[in-house]
Amino acid sequence: MTTTEIQDEIIDDFSLFDEDMESKLFYLMDLGKKLPAMPSEHQTENYIVKGCQSKVWLFPVFEDGKLFFEADSNTEITKGLVSLLIKVWSGKTPEEIMATDLYFIEKIGMSRMIGSQRSNGFSSMIKQIKMYAFALLSKENN
Amino acid sequence: MTTAQKDFSVIREEFPILNQKVNGHPLIYFDNAATTQKPAIVIKNLGAYYLINNSNIHRGAHTLADRATGMFEATRKAVQAFINAPEAEECIFTKGVTEGINLVAQTWGRKFLQEGDEVIITYMEHHSNIVPWQMICEEKGAILKVVPIFENGELDLEAYKNLLSARTKLVSCVWASNALGTINPIKEIIDLAHQNEAVVLIDGAQAGSHIPIDVQAMDMDFLVLSGHKLYGPTGLGVLYGKRALLEAMPPYQGGGEMIREVSFSGTTYNDIPFKFEAGTPNIADVIAFKYALEFVNQIGKETIIEFENSLLNRFVAGIDSLNTKFGSNRIKLIGTAANKVAVQSFTIEGKHHFDIGMMLDAKGIAVRTGHHCTQPLMDFYKIEGTVRASFAFYNTLKEVDVLLEALEKIASR
Repeated sequence: MTTTEIQDEIIDDFSLFDEDMESKLFYLMDLGKKLPAMPSEHQTENYIVKGCQSKVWLFPVFEDGKLFFEADSNTEITKGLVSLLIKVWSGKTPEEIMATDLYFIEKIGMSRMIGSQRSNGFSSMIKQIKMYAFALLSKENN
Repeated sequence: MTTAQKDFSVIREEFPILNQKVNGHPLIYFDNAATTQKPAIVIKNLGAYYLINNSNIHRGAHTLADRATGMFEATRKAVQAFINAPEAEECIFTKGVTEGINLVAQTWGRKFLQEGDEVIITYMEHHSNIVPWQMICEEKGAILKVVPIFENGELDLEAYKNLLSARTKLVSCVWASNALGTINPIKEIIDLAHQNEAVVLIDGAQAGSHIPIDVQAMDMDFLVLSGHKLYGPTGLGVLYGKRALLEAMPPYQGGGEMIREVSFSGTTYNDIPFKFEAGTPNIADVIAFKYALEFVNQIGKETIIEFENSLLNRFVAGIDSLNTKFGSNRIKLIGTAANKVAVQSFTIEGKHHFDIGMMLDAKGIAVRTGHHCTQPLMDFYKIEGTVRASFAFYNTLKEVDVLLEALEKIASR
């Protein structure tokens, strides 16, 4: 599936909740719980993406030209969003990641989790993944 | 419904912002320690200034300038009365509490602090009453001392007494803690400091909207207040200082308004308060602020405290019964001093404060989450942050019950 198809599927899932923010958050937190456990040896200071309130741990693996991610967060809602981001981006090439227009977050009513909110590690995580992808691309091109 | 509750439900109607839905639920605004909402009369007069009276003040020989100047200075008089200052000139308009503290640190501190002198603050200070002192102490080679607190969030006064000495030049202390709600015994703190010939600054950011203020009875040297935490506009605060102290201080910023005469060979400065009000001030907000002060005066601080305490007590009792129901202290109250303003921090076992805040927002309930700009205090409690509910007189007991219900659901999950 392309990143666009995956994002549309997520938006479709969330459309069931309509404007019910509480159910949406509970669903997000359940998604977070299903995220495969991140090996504790990867949950170190080196792989932390810091926000003022929520932290995200992100461990990238590059295999066969594709990026895969292990991740975790100290807050349940952020962890749910992290699981969605991984769904969109894990197993994709650096080119695909760099070319992604990430629109699903806004469409599921979570735009406050990105943008200027310094409080959130999720926003920094998006930048971090793009940085990994960019670094890999630059390396390939050299 | 008691008479007080009925009266407050009428007062609530003066706050148009409260009449809205957030995420499909009626807005419940419990973030009053961050900023209070504004009564219609304040909003109306803020607009009226721009519609009818906008003009620069203290200059211009025209009618509009006269009007604006008169209204601006009328607020200064209202502030003087609100805090019972001996003179209106001792009340300086600032951007807020942060600027007020920085002003004193950078002027009084720069002139009077010397190497080896000591400045005393407390463990429960907001960062804005820590960092300005760290900065000036570092510059001057002065030493910053910190009064410890007890687990319930009360100051250790014995430790304070032991810290005071002939080296103490200034004590800067919060009146009511933004994170804990603790009301500190500031008269005692001031008297003890004065016995050691130290100057005292009181951070009244949180106290302003709850506690009656009498700077003369309290013998305050400096008091800083926030406008927007007192039902007034944002970007506005007050620094009160005793005339002798303010006159001995060098100016803070240079510019227009603060001068008497300027030439390239030298400049002489204006009298207080203008010496500390360089540039065109925040005229519109200052003018509108008078209506906020009048609004509070009309209700009366004693009436406000009594009602707000009933909200706080309902909340604390509600948490107690939830914990009884859970059979454990699943919701932990942080800040349980005997004497408090209507602010309550808490944590929920196994839940991150960020998630709690988001889930409450989903129900239309606005609270603050995080470290509340008091990181040393969070370190003291060995926590990252708390959820903080802070109440104002336009809140209702029913709203407190809705919060308790929402918390029960979150803690049960």
